[in-house]
Formats: sequence, structure tokens, C-alpha cells
Amino acid sequence: MTPVTLRSIRYGRTFAAGEIPDLPVAQFREAVVRAFKRGAHLLALTGQPEQGGGARLLAVLAPGDGVVAAASTRVEKSFPSLTPDVPAAHLFEREIFEQLGVTPEGHPWLKPVRQPGGATPGMVDFYRVEGEEIHEVAVGPVHAGVIEPGHFRFQCQGEDVLHLEIALGYQHRGVERALAGGPNARTIHLMETLAGDTTVGHALAYCEILESLTGCRVPPRAQALRGIALELERLANHVGDLGALAGDVAFLPTASFCGRLRGDFLNMTALACGSRFGRNWIRPGGVAFDLEETRVAELQKRLDDVARNVAGALDLLLEPPSVLARFENTGAVQAEDAEAVGLCGVALRACGFEHDARQDFPSGIYRFAHLPPPAWHTGDVFARAYVRRLEVERSLAFIREQLAALPEGETLAVVEALPPDRVAVGCIEGWRGLICHVARTDADGRFAGYKVVDPSFRNWTGLALALRGTAISDFPLCNKSFNLSYCGFDL
Amino acid sequence: MPDRFQGLPKLDATLCSGGCHECVTVCPVGALHHDAQRGLQLDTGRCIFCGACAQACSSGAISFTRNHRLAAQRREELVIGSAWANGRDLLNHRCKELFGRSLRLRQVSAGGCNACEADANVLNTLVFDLSRFGIQFVASPRHADGLLVTGPVSLNMRTALLKTYAAVPAPKIVIAGGACAIAGGPYRDHGEVCNGVEGILPVDLFVPGCPPHPYTLLHGLLGLLGRLGREDPRVR
Ligand code: SF4
Repeated sequence: MTPVTLRSIRYGRTFAAGEIPDLPVAQFREAVVRAFKRGAHLLALTGQPEQGGGARLLAVLAPGDGVVAAASTRVEKSFPSLTPDVPAAHLFEREIFEQLGVTPEGHPWLKPVRQPGGATPGMVDFYRVEGEEIHEVAVGPVHAGVIEPGHFRFQCQGEDVLHLEIALGYQHRGVERALAGGPNARTIHLMETLAGDTTVGHALAYCEILESLTGCRVPPRAQALRGIALELERLANHVGDLGALAGDVAFLPTASFCGRLRGDFLNMTALACGSRFGRNWIRPGGVAFDLEETRVAELQKRLDDVARNVAGALDLLLEPPSVLARFENTGAVQAEDAEAVGLCGVALRACGFEHDARQDFPSGIYRFAHLPPPAWHTGDVFARAYVRRLEVERSLAFIREQLAALPEGETLAVVEALPPDRVAVGCIEGWRGLICHVARTDADGRFAGYKVVDPSFRNWTGLALALRGTAISDFPLCNKSFNLSYCGFDL
Repeated sequence: MPDRFQGLPKLDATLCSGGCHECVTVCPVGALHHDAQRGLQLDTGRCIFCGACAQACSSGAISFTRNHRLAAQRREELVIGSAWANGRDLLNHRCKELFGRSLRLRQVSAGGCNACEADANVLNTLVFDLSRFGIQFVASPRHADGLLVTGPVSLNMRTALLKTYAAVPAPKIVIAGGACAIAGGPYRDHGEVCNGVEGILPVDLFVPGCPPHPYTLLHGLLGLLGRLGREDPRVR
């Protein structure tokens, strides 16, 4: 048999559509399975409808060392599911099944993902545990707090959760469909609102796509400002999350304090660009707002104040036995499971893996400024809190460093028209984890397809796994320790 | 408000040449309209405050002030032209009478990006301390006096929104928070959404922004309830 290969390029370059090997489906499967078993991450598995029926599937993997590898295959009505050998493919295959009507044969749990078109996503058959002592709990879509909608179905024996299944899709608003045919005036705004709390992260992933396709060189000053924007976003969310975790175990000092401190970070972003969420700051080619000297000084001053308070609030949280007793051994995810189902970001690092796109696919300022990804090995609520706490420190140090030594010069470069028939991949470490965008241009240099993989797409399964054997009363705590996005998943 | 904050827009008819339509073309959400009769009109309900129009206008006819007071009771009041100077009356006597001292809201997010929810939630922090005004977000629609709806109302959330509204005991109010809930926001005219709450539920208060700044929402709520104190309840 001929050796099966994926086409590999360095991250930051792009594929000519024709150079991605188009393999027979059996070889495609073998190539993806082999790469995965050797430790490659599945960045995306996606498909496009083909003229005359069927679809073309595209697998994008990260074998390591900043390399991106891809292969494609043409399928008709069905194909042998990858999931039994590549569990990380499970949701991607369900998505292909839903969007293209192509069946992954042998998928262990084949169901729709978002049910576009006015369905009620929670009205489906759920996995059921039978037995006299078993009861089922249904929660959502409308929850108790000011949060997004989703449906959770628990199979419980007494207090203990045997199984949790999560049905989403309520926030589906047709973003990927609208991105096809772009870029146009709306594109950047659709990126900035893929997940509102990750405005900078998703905008940057999109910029990586455009800039790699056009060979645009982002000015050094803009690269530094982008790093500052991304780390401010991380700080606001991590600090907010730690406060929310504190609130859930009734540790009120940190809960109240972090509510304010999170706002301080959002207001720093607003000082830079006018919007607390970083709207309109990141633009293809660089950034739309520069920081003049007085603004840099003001940011530095605020940062000094906030850093001191943050350290106080967070140290207070992670010391008392009353907090640790609630965080430790709650909602633990096994390292093997985390790797197999393809978790990313904080949730993965909390299982002991030092994966971080800022290190694995360094681009922009992260090629020069190294932020070693912190990891902790226990996989529980404590680990997810502790990893955040360490990241807060590193992001604070990073921003201070950048502000003190901003390169001079321009902040926005021109982005040319997109070249035809190419495939580009953008990977950014958002505050939740790996944001991955995959775009393909058509013969006219328009997007023929644009795939968005929010970190939540990978990590909701992690929450479901964390609940196994956990008391249902710990669900809110576990949920906050992941704090995943519904809209980022639903698109 | 930070100096780069883009709040209430200001249109200057004397500067607008009227013929170029530059701003109308660049607007990603169709919020601008120009005709000979009324001149340039900006729909702050549709606007996502990206500032592209102000940048595109070579004669400087469009600018954004730092005024965060954007809310209105009637949809048409959100459309502003250069003659817009009179402000709008936010006080709703029925709301004041019923809920002036105590308003409980159930928030329903229906297809947006979660930024509106995030900046509504902020009102609960000790910085804003919403409950001191007698306003609270509650866990159940049964405990609520009304809904704060965010998001363009995705088709997939339509049923849940209607059911939640039905579960709120009358008399009740509806607040449309953010560009999405008012007119679809950046998802306007996507087949998967309803372009906002209008036409689905009766709306008592519109709060523009993408997302609305916490002060914008707070101002709208207090205005509606006649709680702005000595400040003129009209938006200036
Ligand atoms: S600021 Fe508002 S009106 Fe102006 S271009 Fe942006 S969305 Fe359109």
C-alpha cells in the first residue's frame, strides 16, 4: 500500500487548495488516525458540499512544532466514522452529519448539534440510564442567572450524576453561513460577536487568516498592542471567573472584589479603544487605535493599582481550607479523557498538559515574548482555578513589559485582496483556549467556506465528563470552573 | 465615559453634502439613510457603534459624542437626524406607578453574543449595586415584573422566549437591550433570526448599544421608572 501522508506547512503559511492531498476515504481515515495516535491535535474536521451530491471533507491537524497538516477526501452518502479511533472527532462528525447530510457510519452517538431552523434543541432523545433508583433532571434552556440558554439533562442516582448530556443550539444565528462569500463590511463585526467575551481573540484569529493569505506584515507596534488587547481580555475574564467561583462557594470577599476588578480590566480596554469588550480595536493589518504616551502612562498607573488588588483577592481565595475543601477533587477530568476528546485551553492545562497556542503556534508578539503556559495536574475545579490564577500573573507581567517598551511606528498595514483557491488556518489562544478558524477562498478570492472552532466547541464535553460521579449540587461550581460559551458553540 | 467611547451620534446637516452616500455604503448594518426630504438619518436602534460612518465621511458630518443616554420608549425615537435636539421623554407613568419602587426582571438571552448579558450582569456588582434602586434580576419568570431580552431572537429561542413571557404575571413590561434585540444587530436579515423582539412581544423600553454600556442600561431603567431624581428624565 502507498504510504498515506498529510500535507504539512508551517503555521502562518497557507495551502494552495490543489496541494492538499485528496485521498480515498480509507486512506484519509488511516492518515488522520495515525497522526492522532502519534499525538497530533485535531484542529478541525469540516466539509463542503460538492457539486453533484456528496461532500468533500477536510481534516486539519497539528502534529507539533508549529506545523499544520491537512488532507481531504470525497465522500458520497456516508463514510466510516473516525470517532471510534479519534474521539476528538465526535462533535465535528455530528456537525458534518447535520450540515451536509453525510453519515459517519459507526459514530457512537450520532445526533444533531444545533438544529438550525426553529427547532427546540432540547427536544431530542437523550442518553438514558434505566433503573428504579434513577431519576432524570432537566434544566434550561432559560436558566436562573443572567446567562445564555442551553439544555442540560442529568441522569442521577441520588445526589450523584451518572451522566450529563448537553443540548445546545439555542443561540444559533447563522454566522458561518453569512461569512461565506465574504469578506465584506459585516465580516469583522461577525467575528467580534462570535463570542462577545472573546471579541479580541476571535478578531485576531480572523486577522491571522487574512494576513497569512495576503502576506501582510503587521507593524511591530500593532503586534505589541494586539498582545496587550488579548491579555487584557484574558485578565478580565479570568478574574471574573475566579470571582464567580468564589461566589459559588459563598466566599464573598473575593466574589465582590473580583466583580469590581474585572470591571477595571474592561475599563482599561475601553480606555484604549472606547469599548469595554475591545470592539473596533483589532483590524486586519494591525489595530485601529494606537496608545499615545499619556494613555500608556495612565494604563501603567491603573495596572499597578489593580495588580496589587488582584493579588490580594486571589491569594485570599486559594488559601482557606473552606474554599479548598470545595474546589479540590470536585469535577475532576482524567488526563487521558481530556486528551482523547480534544479539550483545550485552561481545561486542558488543568489536566497537566502544557498546550497553549501562544507557544504552539506563536505569531505576532508571541514570537518574541514568551509566556510559559502554566499547568496543574489534578483536573478538578481547583486546577482550573489555579491555572487561571497563574495565568493572571503572567498576563499582568506581559502587559507591563510591553507597555514599557512599545516599538515605535505605524499601527495599521494595508491588506491586499485575497488570493484565489487557498486554504488558511488561524490559531489564537483565547482566554478559554484554542480558537481555530479555517478559511478556503474560491476562484475569485472570496470565502468559499469559513469554519470557526470556538474553544467551547471542544470543552463542553469536558464539563459533561467532569460531572460523572459528581454530586448534582456541584454542577454550578463545575460549570463556572469551565465557564464555556453557548454562542461561541452555537455560532 | 472614556474619551474614545462612541455614544449618542451627532449629525450636522450643514456639513453633509448629501450626494456622496459614503456613510450609507460603509455601514455594516444599514443604519444610515439619506433622502432629499429628511436629509441624513441614523437609526441608533440598528447601529452597532463601529464608527465606520464617521471615518468615511470626508466632511465630518457624523460624529459620536460621549453621551451614554441612548434609551427610548418608542422605536421611532431611536432614529435621529440633524434636527434632533429635543430629546425624548423616558418617563413612563404606568411603569412608575406599578414598578417605581420595585422592579424584578427576568433576563432572557435569545441568540446574541453574550456581551449584553455581561454588561447587564455588571449592574449587580458593588460598583453599580443595582438593588439599591429596587431593581433586581430574578431567577424565575414567575417572580418577575418583566423581561430584559437580549439577542436578535434566534428561531431556536423564539418558543422559549414566548413561554418565558407567558410565565410572567401581568402587568408586565419588556425591555429590548442592545442592537440585536432592537433590530437584529450584526445578524440582521440572517434567515436564522427574527431581527429582534419587535413583532414578537410588545416593547416598553429600547436600549441601544453593542452592547449597551452599563450606564446606558441603568439610565434607561431609572428613566422609565421616574427615578432619575432631579436630573431631567429626558435624554439630552
Ligand atoms: S457607527 Fe452605526 S451608523 Fe455608523 S457605520 Fe457603524 S453601525 Fe453604521
